[in-house]
Amino acid sequence: MRYLPHTPEEIEAMLRAIGKGSVDELFEQIPKEVRLDRALAIEPPLDEPSLMRHLDELSHRNRAADLISFLGAGAYDHPISPAVDQLLLRSEFYTAYTPYQPEVAQGTLQSIFEFQTIVSELFGLPVANASMYDGASAAAEAVLMAKRLTRRERVLVSSGVHPHYRETIDTYLQGIGSGKAAIQALPLGEDGRPGALDNLVQDDIAAVVIGYPNFYGCVTDVRRAAEIAHRHGALLVTVTEEPFALALLEPPGELGADIAVGEGQPLGVPLQFGGPYVGLFACREGRDFLQQIPGRLVGETVDKNGERGYVLTLSTREQHIRRERATSNICTNTGLCALSVTIRMCMLGKQGFIEAGRQCLAKSEYLKAKIKALAGYSLVYPSTPTFNEFAVRVRGGSAARVVDALEPKGFLAGFDLGRVDPGRADQLLIAVTERASRADLDAFARALDAL
Amino acid sequence: MSGKFDVKEGFLYTKDHEWAAPKADGIEVGITAYAVDQLGDITLVNLDVKVGDSVQAGKSFGTIESVKTLSDLFSPVSGKITKINAELESHPELVNEDCYGKGWMVLIDASNPAEKDELLSPSAYGELLKIVDH
Repeated sequence: MRYLPHTPEEIEAMLRAIGKGSVDELFEQIPKEVRLDRALAIEPPLDEPSLMRHLDELSHRNRAADLISFLGAGAYDHPISPAVDQLLLRSEFYTAYTPYQPEVAQGTLQSIFEFQTIVSELFGLPVANASMYDGASAAAEAVLMAKRLTRRERVLVSSGVHPHYRETIDTYLQGIGSGKAAIQALPLGEDGRPGALDNLVQDDIAAVVIGYPNFYGCVTDVRRAAEIAHRHGALLVTVTEEPFALALLEPPGELGADIAVGEGQPLGVPLQFGGPYVGLFACREGRDFLQQIPGRLVGETVDKNGERGYVLTLSTREQHIRRERATSNICTNTGLCALSVTIRMCMLGKQGFIEAGRQCLAKSEYLKAKIKALAGYSLVYPSTPTFNEFAVRVRGGSAARVVDALEPKGFLAGFDLGRVDPGRADQLLIAVTERASRADLDAFARALDAL
Repeated sequence: MSGKFDVKEGFLYTKDHEWAAPKADGIEVGITAYAVDQLGDITLVNLDVKVGDSVQAGKSFGTIESVKTLSDLFSPVSGKITKINAELESHPELVNEDCYGKGWMVLIDASNPAEKDELLSPSAYGELLKIVDH
């Protein structure tokens, strides 16, 4: 990043060159009532040592970073090697954007192609795009795409899809067709999986959207949902918030999903106040799917000398071609986050990825068994398989109280499900990653028991 | 030929550069050579209608997307769609290659014969092209 200072003399020279007497005169086009006619109400400048001390104090107020975290619910605390950051800082890569003349930057295109390959293999679907803004917007775009492909109006969204994702789908649908009214909730059964599929999927449904695993950690029966959806001419969309689950689970594409989306954060982006994250998007092959996929696609080809090269096979046409008729609001991709995912996944390798997945599952099962054995605690969905996240009913009936009580003891206990569903105020959603040691898990179970 | 762009005799035209060709079984509709030239390489023909749907003169029945822009396709006449050119879904380039033939889009069973009189004759359309393409 270049820093371009300008002296009062330079400012005066620039004003002279454009024939303005002062900076205020330069901005006189801006209506007076929206101009700020005073200095910004901020502290005076600090010298560097004072500033460093101030920042240090601020960072120490961020206690979350020192706590042992069992908080997931859509964002997962996997360890990321500092080597990833080091590579990201290379000036060839350090931009959030795809270049406007993309083929000039072969390295950037190659890294996006690798990213697409990773996403395609994860989901078991042949086509993946260069990334979306985040998992929630990817889910909403999948719904819009399914509506275009089927030319149908209604969508069934499982109550097991992350509540924030469901809100995003609501928002995206507001201005389209019959809006939010086109969305019907698909209630969860006793086992935490979509119930009533047979009754609710009708011939006017564009898409059935299910979580895999879902928000409550339950591993959904994708094959069955796909069969029912397809029988009625609907598309099946799967949403995966924690893609490490796909290290062990069968890819949704192989179970019949037509479009699979997910959140890429767990694969290589640190937890950073909710974003920026990176959305994963993959779908079936076919000209109709390719024509309707949002975002951009990088392809591999050969140049006139027969050498391997990369091209922007499908550009986002929303800004310069489709404009007011745009079918998607994505005009770019989250390039830097996608690159971070690509580097991290390449460092892990196939074996490393599967090993990390195995650790997540094993540690989660270990903690699950410990908590289940505690008096007053029980699993919400005891018979349904989970990956690294599960819901428990807490002793005393208030998950919020458990979260509050464990924070001073050094734990982020999990997500209080009462925050998204008042009927679940006694339920705590607990996530475990490979970061947790056996000692951490034992200490956490003891702390829960001591409440 | 009329000027730079091919204008077919026996066809009728709209100001929006669609053509309407009276056939034995209805009115065939497509876009003109001038429209194709303006669009450039066509990447996607998106017909919003299916056989049996009603269309209205002057109303959009789909969109056409090229590497440069996206345009509405306006129906020259009102009536019922009796055929659509399904080939265009996988081969939109047919419109570039043969806009008055293999690049046809829909066949309409016209419901209001008077609307035909509103359309431009080949010579009138040729005159229009002289004005728009100066």
